[in-house]
Parts: sequence; C-alpha cells; structure tokens
Amino acid sequence: MTIAVTDPAGAPRRVARGDPSLRARRIAGFGLLSPALGLMVAMLALPIGALVLLSFWTQDGFAIDRTLTLANYARLVAWSDEATVWFGIPFHLAYPVPAILMIKSLVMSLVATVAVIALAFPMACFMAFRVTRHKALWIIVLTIPFWTSYLLRVFSWKIVLGFNGAINSGLIALGVIDKPLEFLLYNPSAVVLTLAHSWVAFAVLPIYVSLEKIDRSLLEAAADLGDSRWQRFRRIILPLAAPGTIAAALLVFIPTVGDYVTPALVGGPGGTMIGSLVQQLFLKQNDAPLGAAVSIAMMAIIALLVVIFLWAIGYGRMRERRR
Amino acid sequence: MLRRPDLLTLYAILFVLFLYGPVLLMPLFSLNDSTFATFPLKGLTFRHYADMAQNAPMMAALRNSLVIASVVTLASTALAIPAALALTRFRLPGAAPIVSFMMLPLVIPSIVIAVALLVVILKFLGLALSLWTVAAGHVLICLPFCLTVLMSRLEGFDPSLEEASNDLGCTPWQTFRRLTLPLAMPGVISSLLLGFIISFDEFVIAFFLTGTENTLPVYLFSQLRFPNKLPGTLALGSLILVGSAVLVILAEVIRKRGVQSDNAGDI
Repeated sequence: MTIAVTDPAGAPRRVARGDPSLRARRIAGFGLLSPALGLMVAMLALPIGALVLLSFWTQDGFAIDRTLTLANYARLVAWSDEATVWFGIPFHLAYPVPAILMIKSLVMSLVATVAVIALAFPMACFMAFRVTRHKALWIIVLTIPFWTSYLLRVFSWKIVLGFNGAINSGLIALGVIDKPLEFLLYNPSAVVLTLAHSWVAFAVLPIYVSLEKIDRSLLEAAADLGDSRWQRFRRIILPLAAPGTIAAALLVFIPTVGDYVTPALVGGPGGTMIGSLVQQLFLKQNDAPLGAAVSIAMMAIIALLVVIFLWAIGYGRMRERRR
Repeated sequence: MLRRPDLLTLYAILFVLFLYGPVLLMPLFSLNDSTFATFPLKGLTFRHYADMAQNAPMMAALRNSLVIASVVTLASTALAIPAALALTRFRLPGAAPIVSFMMLPLVIPSIVIAVALLVVILKFLGLALSLWTVAAGHVLICLPFCLTVLMSRLEGFDPSLEEASNDLGCTPWQTFRRLTLPLAMPGVISSLLLGFIISFDEFVIAFFLTGTENTLPVYLFSQLRFPNKLPGTLALGSLILVGSAVLVILAEVIRKRGVQSDNAGDI
C-alpha cells in the first residue's frame, strides 16, 4: 500500500474560481475529516497526554498521589554504589531492571530488524526482477501472514521449538538425539527468531515497491557501459532501494521494541523485554505511574534513536534525491 | 514466467516455506490423534474440532469477538470514508501532517496504546472495563488501515468524473451516492474485511481493556499455558488461521479488481 496525498487533477481551476469557494471547500473538507480526526485526538493524543501526566504522579499504596514530581523518572536512573552486573556491564542503579530491559529490548529488536532486512531484501529482489506473471498472487502470498493472528504466528514457534515440540520430537523420532534439546525455547534467541519471522513479510513490501520503481533503462545503460552484475547492484539498485529499505527497517524496529506477546510466549524468564515490564507494573505490581514513566521513557528513547539514525545516514537528502 | 531456475528463485521458495512452515504445523497437529504436538503423527482425527462446540467459554469468546469485530469494522470504515474523501479531494492545508498523525497507531507499540487508554478509562473517566472499551481501542488501530485502503482506492480513479457530475448539476451528495461510492466500493468492502480481521485477531489491547468477558484471542492466550488444553487450542487456532486467510484473499482480490494502476509500484 502506498500512502500519499496527491493533488486532484483540475485543482488549479478551483483555485482560479476565487477565494470564497475555496474557503467553503476547505470548511467542507475539514467537516468531513473531523469525525475521524476528532476520534484520533480524543483516543490517541489525549490518552498519551494522560499517560505523560500520570508518569509525573506517584503510587501511594492503593491511592495515587497527584503531586507533580519527577520521582518515577528519578527512580529509573537512581544511582547505587553497588553495581548490578549484566553481561559484564556494571549498572550502578538502585532499580536496574528497567534500564537493563530497555537495552536488552533495543538489542534484541535491532538483531531481529537486521535479520528481517537481510531475509526480506533478496525476496523483494525476486519479486521485482524475477516475477513477471502472477505478481498479484505473490503479493497475496506475502500479505496473508501479516494479516493473520500475530498471537497464533508467535504460538506456532512454541510448537516448533518447545520441549515436546516439532523439532525435538522429530529429531528423537529420527534417532538423531536421545532427549529433547532444552536450549531451543525460552531464551532471547527464540524471541529474536520469532520476531524476525513475524515481521519479515511486512518488510518485503516496502523494499519491493522501491525496487519496482527503479528505471530499468538505468540497469541496461550500466550493463552497456560495462558494469558487472555486482557493480550494478552496488551502484544502482542498493542506493535507489535505500529509502524503502530504511522505511521497512523502522516499521519493524519501532513496534518490536515494545512487543509484549513474543517475550510472553517464547521468551521465558530470560527472554523478557521492556513490554513485559510495562504489563507487570500496570496489571500485577499495581504501580501505574511508574509503568507510565517506563512507557514514556521507552517511546522517547526509540524516537530519539530513530531521529539520530535518520540524521546520521542523511535520510532527508536521500529522499530529496529521489524526487 | 520465471526465466530459469536460479539461486534467487530457490531462495524465494525457501522464504515462503520459512514463512508458512511453522504456522502450518498448527492445522497438521490439530488433526493428529494425540494430546501432544509431537512427531511421529499418530493418526487422523476430527475429535478436537468436534470437542470445540461443547466448550462453552470458547463459544462465548467467539461470539464476543464476532460482535466486536463487526461493530469495530463498521465504525472505522464509516469514519474513514469521509476522512479519505477529505484527504484525497479537498486539497486541505496541512493534509500531509494530518495523514502522518492518523498513521501513528501503526508505529506506536500497541502496549503503549493499551496502557494509555487504560489510564484514561480507569483513572480519568472512572469507567468500568468491558467489551465496549475493547471495541473503542480497536477502532483506533483499525482506522489507519481503513483509511489507507480507501485513500489508495479514491486516488485510483479519475476525479474529473466527479467534476463532470458536479458540472451537470448533481448535488455533492448525489455525486457521492451515485458516482464516488459505487466506484470506491471495492475499497469500502476491502476496508470492512481488513477492519474485521484486525479487530478479530487483536490481542494486546483486548487483553488490557477487557473486563470480565473474553475475546477469542484473550481466551486463546489464557489456554496456551495449559498443556492438556493444547489440542483444542490447535483446532481453534487452525480455524482462525483459515478464516483470516480467506478474508484476506477476498479483501485483496476485491481491492485489486478493476484497478488498472499506472503506477507499477502501487500495491
């Protein structure tokens, strides 16, 4: 799907008709837009605002203390002389869980995103350069998994990797192993594998769209001028496919950092992510203000990383060049 | 036609196997005459499917999900149609940022949307959680998808038809009713189907916002912990997968029908 707002043909004539009619049209347009936009403001912007407000309050037993304070955020970064060591990194924090889980989630999502792009790119190349007939069929084949239940796709990996799962029972039946391999499920690798599988089809489409838009005569010209296959890939396909690939990477990375379902089903105790902590703080530990602070901090960190990433690779200039 | 079998084609076949392999184990094991999802397969049975009808909580959850998904998809499509018209036909100032804002639910982790709505419902409005609060949350996440489908359909046909209709004396409502809506119909149907699937399959928001009653994914999640419930879970999961796949294919076929897009990349 492409998301674009194009000017309707004949728009200049409308402008020429004069200002009063243009204004009337704009009022009518905003009138049509207002129910959906109003709903989005009421149910997205205001609740996120409420979450921010809540993060400045504190939980006091069963009641909420409505004094504005940075206490929750302070707790997330409170210094402690005693270090909690995680993978050899000392965390000098009094409450190190959120910080460790945040870094762990970012790393796991990053690995999953890299895997997704590595797996999706050749598939997108296949779709763009090999498939000439039944293109719509291939697109549907790639679309179906994206639309079918996320919960079930994640659960299917539990069937594949589980102690009594398909791999273990299959290998035992074949006589390759005597007892089930326990390292398959309930660890960060299982989460990364499952995340990559869940999102890979979603990443193919944006990359495919950017490949499909490449003018084929550029490739022919390069071939005529003596470029090898690899040179054509390196110098034409890769740069022109970069915006779609980056968009795909972000569309995978941003939502997976906060994923709750995958760590809950295949992560086990060692595979928890920041989303699991948010769920616990809200539903189990009854500390919604701290949960709100963790959510807001998570979104702020993701947004910051995305902005730095886009700035570092010069995404704006890249888009300009395509026009 | 594929020119010749090469590495890339081989890769594509492996890719599709990787994509579908794990998911297809579910229907495979659901037909297996065993309480475990293990190889070797024991024998064919439909017992697990027959048992489902007797499972009252599952049927209640199924009914809840069907009702919610229907209400949600009608509401979000009804909201998305005028919005899509406004964004594609009216040259509104600030349309691009508005579209970006409306696409936000696609990139915000759903757990954040869920807790934000939870906070507003419980702490600010003081309402009780129910299936209605789930439905409200689902409308929010369905809206961007419905809007995208409808906007790409509305951009797909010539706006000069509508201008001609206006010039010939039709009121805006007549133009919409007799021209725009029939032409946009494949997009509308596709939007209805996709909204239905999204709501029907959604777990995280339903998990946070539901009261005492379950939707089907929430029920399914509660069953995943019990190994002895596995066969029933597999049977239910298989039916959901098949149902969703049918709806997606239907939605895509209807959406594509009659659209001769000049833009090769427009999918």
